[in-house]
Amino acid sequence: MNDFRIPLGSWAKAFVEFITENLSFIFDFVRAIFSGAYDVVDLVLAAPPFWVIIIVAVVLGMMIRGWKFAVGTLVGLLVIVGVDQWENAMDSLALILVASVLAIVFSIPLGILAAKSDLASKIIRPILDFMQTMPAFVYLIPALILFRVGVVPGIVATIIFAMAPGVRLTELGIRSVDREVVEAGEAFGASPTRILRQIQLPLAMPTIMAGVNQVIMLSLSMVVIAGMVGAGGLGQQVVAALNRIDVSLGFEAGLAVVILAIFLDRITAALGTGHTPIGQLLAGRKRRRQASVAAASAISEADADMKTPQFAGV
Amino acid sequence: MTQIVAEYAQESAASAERTASTSRAPEIAVKADHLYKVFGRRPHDIVKKLEAGASREDLAHLGTAAVIDASFEVRRGEIFVVMGLSGSGKSTLIRMLNGLLDATSGTVTVGDTRITGIPAAKLREVRRQSISMVFQHFALLPHRTVIDNVAYGLEVQGMPRNERLAKARTIIRLVGLDGWADNLPSELSGGMQQRVGLGRALAADTDVLLMDEAFSALDPLIRREMQEQLIELQAELGKTIIFITHDLNEAMFLGDRIAVMRDGRIVQIGTPEEILTDPANDYVAQFVQDVDRARVLTAGSVMEPVRSVVTVTAGPRAALRTMRDLQTSATFVLRRDLSFAGVVRDRDVLKQVKSGHSDLRAIINEATAVSADTALVDLVELAVESDLPIAVVDERNRLLGVIPRVTLLAALGNVTTATGELPVTEPPSTISLSVISETLRETASEGAPL
Repeated sequence: MNDFRIPLGSWAKAFVEFITENLSFIFDFVRAIFSGAYDVVDLVLAAPPFWVIIIVAVVLGMMIRGWKFAVGTLVGLLVIVGVDQWENAMDSLALILVASVLAIVFSIPLGILAAKSDLASKIIRPILDFMQTMPAFVYLIPALILFRVGVVPGIVATIIFAMAPGVRLTELGIRSVDREVVEAGEAFGASPTRILRQIQLPLAMPTIMAGVNQVIMLSLSMVVIAGMVGAGGLGQQVVAALNRIDVSLGFEAGLAVVILAIFLDRITAALGTGHTPIGQLLAGRKRRRQASVAAASAISEADADMKTPQFAGV
Repeated sequence: MTQIVAEYAQESAASAERTASTSRAPEIAVKADHLYKVFGRRPHDIVKKLEAGASREDLAHLGTAAVIDASFEVRRGEIFVVMGLSGSGKSTLIRMLNGLLDATSGTVTVGDTRITGIPAAKLREVRRQSISMVFQHFALLPHRTVIDNVAYGLEVQGMPRNERLAKARTIIRLVGLDGWADNLPSELSGGMQQRVGLGRALAADTDVLLMDEAFSALDPLIRREMQEQLIELQAELGKTIIFITHDLNEAMFLGDRIAVMRDGRIVQIGTPEEILTDPANDYVAQFVQDVDRARVLTAGSVMEPVRSVVTVTAGPRAALRTMRDLQTSATFVLRRDLSFAGVVRDRDVLKQVKSGHSDLRAIINEATAVSADTALVDLVELAVESDLPIAVVDERNRLLGVIPRVTLLAALGNVTTATGELPVTEPPSTISLSVISETLRETASEGAPL
């Protein structure tokens, strides 16, 4: 009985060794792209003086949520500067942004596929469960072997860990679009692509944006773990603080993570509902434009309008 | 309103002519042939068992037979109502007519095109060009304005933006939503939203309109208004409309013909009157017992043969004899060309006979005459005003039949009248028979029959 053991672990190891030996060129390529993307974003965020970024963030907060949130943003970011974590925070932000964008790019099409096909949904679901519940540290081991120490294994582990809600909520959003409205599209002869583009995606957008929000929040929670494999940023500070039992550094770095998290969460959540100052501004402009078109045609149809009464109003 | 409709009708008639020159328009707009829709693991096996005579209940453990062996033809320009309670399969049936649901077995033909078993792209083409749909809960695109919703079908057809917005604007006026073009559907009331739904279907300018419980979500007053407008629009635009409803009165009001469905099967197809007066089985009979008969039944369907009638040329003596024999106090009079002239009363005829006059025309009174398609509800007042039976005439004013008060009451109350066995004599004689006989005898010329 004691001799019996399923060698699942050694199979996984053999598999990783196999792809390391035979497919290393693919991973080198991926590594080059990911680290390139990270470097670009990090350059944009970290190169300018901190106040430039703060101004951009405050303006963004103003447009998306209003002045109260803008003030909060200003205070929060100044605190990060004040505890001397600005550069680390920008490094982490760059990692989060790259990982989140990539996770969203992968997860939304997968979610659409899962929504359109029951079979795809059945296959994808357990894979997502696996990805989401497998302890995130475990991804780091093969990621380290495949991508070597640095920011890339952190990004890869983050993508895998953070993708699941993006897929799930995209699928849920599309599946819960009113069946009759989709039928209406079909009944007027719209193609599946057109229905997806003009009906399903716009109507599922609040749910999809909730998914995007979750992807970003999960990416943030991976920051610390990514720090363990040399991703730098706030994560590294937290890991260092842990090793040195340094309460003050740990608190400061941790607080910086929290401030970033709140900023990103509120921004993306507001985008999801669509009721943002900038959204209203855009909608208002659209309506005014349509109104002017209507006015122009109303003049040309002025004589036709004389032909009242029509149906009694309801 | 009528002017706009006329304008629009002209426009679409012109486009119809253009298409007609390329393909001859068939008389049958939509045809369903032995349609089955079965939901279940092995639907085709279930269809075979149904064809072999198994009932829906026998096969309930294998799957759900939503539509069983439905066959009908919808004529061009007709309002064809499919009526049934929920679960009778009517919604499934209508969704097979434009291919939203695949038929398990059987064929659907729209115009010249068979749409069952054709590739998806071709089916979409048919939907764009030939058959549009109005939904129970409106199914508008909530993120688009009214005008963009109305123009949706045209957009899918590939019409350029300016052109389709101009056309949508005409439709918006047609359905009475002037001034709402740039609002979102959520800013409109239910009735107005369904006008948008109707406008969207009309804008697509297809020959066939499917309406799935289109008015069921509206409150009763607005529903009646929409029904009236639909009939008006249909009369002007000549669309073929297939209308699904569970509301019998709505079916009776709208339908040129009605198909009654029960448990997936069509149990009867006929005009509202046929269904009311000659229900195919107890189910239909029970179903129709609550209908407002006065609005559905027409004079033509309840009238009785004319008994008491004379021609002008027959003269007063013949008229008096007729009244004596039928024991009635009045008789209808026809002109020489058999057109309806009016009525004479026994007192007047008696006087004339006594005084030796021979021209009935002098004493003819006007009598109420109605056309055969007058609804019974409009006869009630006439019946109150005069004790004479109401005359029913055709378009050339020839007397088709009469409706005595008793017949009207019997029809409204759904009571079988014992016509034939016990002829209805209205109005009853006012002069005793002996007086009439005496007069006839006294004035009889030689050889004349009594």
